[in-house]
Amino acid sequence: MPIQRREFIAAIGTGALAATAGCAQSGESSGQTEAAAESGGGSQPGVSGETLTLTTTTSTYDTGLLDEIHPDFEEMYGVSVDAVAQGTGAALESARNGDSDIVMVHARGLEDEFMRNGYGVNRRDLMFNDFVIVGPESDPAGIQGMGSATEALTAIAESEAQFVSRGDNSGTHTKELNLWEAAGTEPGGDWYQETGTGMGEALNIANQQGAYTLSDRGTYISQRSEIDLVILVQGPIEDGPEILANPYGIMAVNPGIHDNANYDLAMAYIGWITSPDTQDAISNYQVNGEQLFFPEAVSENPDFQQYVPEGWSSNSSDE
Amino acid sequence: MAVVDLPFRDGYVSSITYVSLYVSIIAVTLSTLFSIPIAIVMGLSDFHGKQFVKSVINTGMGFPSVVVGLVVLFTVSNQGPLGELELIFTKEAMIMSQFVLATPPITAISLAAISSVDDNVRDAAHVLGGTRLDVALVVLKEARYGIATAVLAGFGRAISEVGSVLIVGGNITSASGISKTRTLTTAIQLEARQGQYETAMILGAVLVTLVLTINAIVIRLGDQGVQR
Repeated sequence: MPIQRREFIAAIGTGALAATAGCAQSGESSGQTEAAAESGGGSQPGVSGETLTLTTTTSTYDTGLLDEIHPDFEEMYGVSVDAVAQGTGAALESARNGDSDIVMVHARGLEDEFMRNGYGVNRRDLMFNDFVIVGPESDPAGIQGMGSATEALTAIAESEAQFVSRGDNSGTHTKELNLWEAAGTEPGGDWYQETGTGMGEALNIANQQGAYTLSDRGTYISQRSEIDLVILVQGPIEDGPEILANPYGIMAVNPGIHDNANYDLAMAYIGWITSPDTQDAISNYQVNGEQLFFPEAVSENPDFQQYVPEGWSSNSSDE
Repeated sequence: MAVVDLPFRDGYVSSITYVSLYVSIIAVTLSTLFSIPIAIVMGLSDFHGKQFVKSVINTGMGFPSVVVGLVVLFTVSNQGPLGELELIFTKEAMIMSQFVLATPPITAISLAAISSVDDNVRDAAHVLGGTRLDVALVVLKEARYGIATAVLAGFGRAISEVGSVLIVGGNITSASGISKTRTLTTAIQLEARQGQYETAMILGAVLVTLVLTINAIVIRLGDQGVQR
């Protein structure tokens, strides 16, 4: 009886492997399937076999940027980078728990708080793009061409035109809430919907409902062919208001708090991603013929100060 | 529409399919080894509070997977009791959550199958001088079709599950597109998030084909057992 059971399980396993091979796309040989199978036991490819866990916002991942640049790092250091796309709030929370080694996000206020509480070290400005307010071509609130993001939001609120909010504590959501605050409007009511989803899905929902939403330019461009929404208020890249700027930062998890954090590799990653070569690669990355991210780490006038959060006083840590 | 130009990289679909199967099969195998003895003991004996244990197991069948994911996350996170093992964002963490999800249906359905075996079979085995183990094996043999159904139900729950594997696995691929913790379900979720509905549909078709194939294989094996 036990032997029969073992054969039974083996048969399931064999069938499963056959099914895997059968389901493989035409361009893939079964040899690759087996190679993938062999590497599945938890071992990582590469010389040192180490893994760097990067938690990041969905925009860097969904635009394909990380997949474009990471092979260079993986080849150089013989390690694999596990990029977990979570949204800024969740990415910082994972880092706070010591579940990642490095974090790449875009919400300066949350980054400052993370640094101030001692969870992060060696923050560097990485790159920037901007936010845009997108909406249906019919533009029921009449915001097209407005030079001020807060005026546009006020117009949307006053006309009670549909607005889709991420509502997920992401960098974009944080920016949106800051904008409402700057506009002096408390969003609410039937016209304001929180989706609790990533940017791409929020764009889809706004598209389906003919609603306005705040999007980062990168995700909007990479999805533009699928949706009918148009940019109604530009960000600073296209001479829009500075308040729509979207700077990205990168921080290593403080090894003093989480001694399991792979600090050496995290610092190697920060050095690599802020290097001229990688910054070039970032500026050369295009989707549908448009540049999505603008490098910010290399400057003619470098700032030699260690980054400290706004309003930081070094005495506060001694108290 | 002509052949859709899909953004699949070499080895992408086969590697996520492999991860889906690897995680689900190991979890279901462990669940089965854990559940069957419990089902046998419960099915062949009467004890105080048996109905209560049954209702706990039945409640477990409907337990929300994202809650299981959260609990496993707290367990394996570096702040959690198993933090030392560094299991967060690994297949092992995914197996843990799938195990928790698959165990209640496998136990409950196996228990139903074992309970429904005719008492005469048990009595006959006793009369013929069988030990308790012999009786259990005879009952198990009679109930094997129901147990196969139980394992399939557990497998179905494990492989089609998205919430908990997303939370504890992280949906990771290498930059070259080879899956580390991305499964068919989390890949579908990712594609849908990006509005790539055609790609999501194709991955969905792969998943459904896979589940149908495995069901067919298991049922076939069960039928052969009955004929013999």
